[in-house]
Amino acid sequence: MNDDSQPAAVRARGIVKSFGTGDTQITVLKGIDLDIYLGELLLLVGESGGGKTTLLSAIAGILDINEGNIDVLGVPLSALPANKRTRFRGQTMGFIYQQFNLLPALTAAENVAVPLLIQNIGRSEALRRARGMLNRVGLPDRTEFLPKNLSGGQQQRVAIARALVNEPRLLICDEPTAALDGPNGQKIMELLREVGRSPDRCVIVVTHDSRIFHFGDRMASLTDGRITNIERIQQEGTA
Amino acid sequence: MNYVALKMLFGDRAKYLMLLCGLTFAVMLIVQQGSIFWGLMMWSQASITNLNVPIWVTDPGIAQVDEVKPLADTAVDRVRSLDGVEWAVPLYKGLLRARLATGEYHQITLTGLESATLIGRPAEVQEGRFEDILQPDAVVLDQWAVERMGGPTVVRVGTIFELNDKLARVVAIAKTQKSFTNIPVVYTTYEGAMRYVPRERRILSYVLAKHKDGVPVEDVVQRIRTQTGLGAFTQEDFGFKTYMWVLVNTGIGINFGTTILLGFIVGMAIAGQTFYLFTIENLRQFGALKAMGASSFTLARMILLQAFTVGLTGYGVGIGLATVFGFLTAQGGNLPFAETWQLLLLVLVALLAICLVSASVSIIKLARLEPAIVFR
Repeated sequence: MNDDSQPAAVRARGIVKSFGTGDTQITVLKGIDLDIYLGELLLLVGESGGGKTTLLSAIAGILDINEGNIDVLGVPLSALPANKRTRFRGQTMGFIYQQFNLLPALTAAENVAVPLLIQNIGRSEALRRARGMLNRVGLPDRTEFLPKNLSGGQQQRVAIARALVNEPRLLICDEPTAALDGPNGQKIMELLREVGRSPDRCVIVVTHDSRIFHFGDRMASLTDGRITNIERIQQEGTA
Repeated sequence: MNYVALKMLFGDRAKYLMLLCGLTFAVMLIVQQGSIFWGLMMWSQASITNLNVPIWVTDPGIAQVDEVKPLADTAVDRVRSLDGVEWAVPLYKGLLRARLATGEYHQITLTGLESATLIGRPAEVQEGRFEDILQPDAVVLDQWAVERMGGPTVVRVGTIFELNDKLARVVAIAKTQKSFTNIPVVYTTYEGAMRYVPRERRILSYVLAKHKDGVPVEDVVQRIRTQTGLGAFTQEDFGFKTYMWVLVNTGIGINFGTTILLGFIVGMAIAGQTFYLFTIENLRQFGALKAMGASSFTLARMILLQAFTVGLTGYGVGIGLATVFGFLTAQGGNLPFAETWQLLLLVLVALLAICLVSASVSIIKLARLEPAIVFR
């Protein structure tokens, strides 16, 4: 079980991010301080437009910030040049998206193998590992299916397998259950919680879905570009 | 990632086929029009290549082979007397009217070869013996003359017709390259030609010559020019001069050039637009790849692979179609169609340029793509 004594996987200090210039400038993140620990699943919640996705993008290093520092697994992300940041992201992070973003022309196994192919792992080895990962997420008989022939829940499982296949230490999820019905959403969150409980990994989940709040270890509320509350979530069966 | 790039390309079948069709059409159009153009240019030099001699001596102001500017008879001896000249013979070339037994008239090109050597005679003879041209009143026609003058039922070996009210008897049919003007060619001896053509002070059309072995042909050509004041050209230079004249003085260059350019532009427009559309529609997927750690260089390589794969496929199919067209329509030499490796190389370069430009637009788009798009 995670607690604050665990080492911080993500350490964000004074994050400011603005879009536009002059009169049209909008500051979306207004000085965010946040620590996310290994072995936990952090839920990032808040109203639409509050800056959740922007903060997620900043932590992932796919969006430059205006002020502040973000350390991921001890590496100062904002100080890394773009190409090194891209490589670092590929080696340490996995992504799960609301719309799955699977490549429609690739089978489930090929989609899962993509992060490994990006890391220049041979195709046959990548596909072998991808099939193994699909087996782990409960899709051993769907490896050769194209995304269009899979249900929403199955596509999201493929996306999770893709996010996990290169064993990332930081899993970043943007509304992973938004396109799924209740039971499928629950199954996906069970998978993510299992990943989050691994002591050398952490999971960040941006969500609006109150039905999945109980899967998190902590919940950070983001309102108008500021963290307004961080609370530990009472787990079932604990006092 | 090459595998992923190709799967993405072939996976969107509609766009792939559209891209392929656009590029195939462009290649086919450029190759087909280019081959016809080059075939026409070869036809324009037929009067030179059919005679196949190394040096042509003529008036220095001549513009092209069919524009004859007669020389004094002494020109032959003046050329013969020069160092480095192996031999020099006279040639008559001029337009006459032939009157068939049916009463029909046909304009013909009368070619008079020196009787002692018959230098300049066609290499191939379809029917009869070319040497029979030495008989009285004997002439040899080329196969195009037979075709233009009514076919083998009207004109064949043994047919008699009139040239300037004098009898001419066909003793052989030669096989030659069709000419640009497609005027029937009638061969006779130089002396025979003197008998047919109206009397003029100057009759000699050209002096055909050869350089001695071991003496560069260009040196001999230069020597003829400086020491006789006549115009002298190698076969290749005279062919090029004629070719340039046709290009400048007819609309052929602009006509074919415009069509070829249109093929290039249409190909580029279709390929560029479809390829860009393909990229735009896959923008989220590319963004996801970028987020997963694919560098802009990797994405650029994927785009280039996709562009060149479809481009080279279109190149092969387009050339295949153009070749089939040429094979079906140019049989027997009726349509000028010369598909040369130089043309194919040029088209390949043009196609690669189309692919490169099309891919570049997409690459620039992807280079500017923020992977954060995947979270929107």
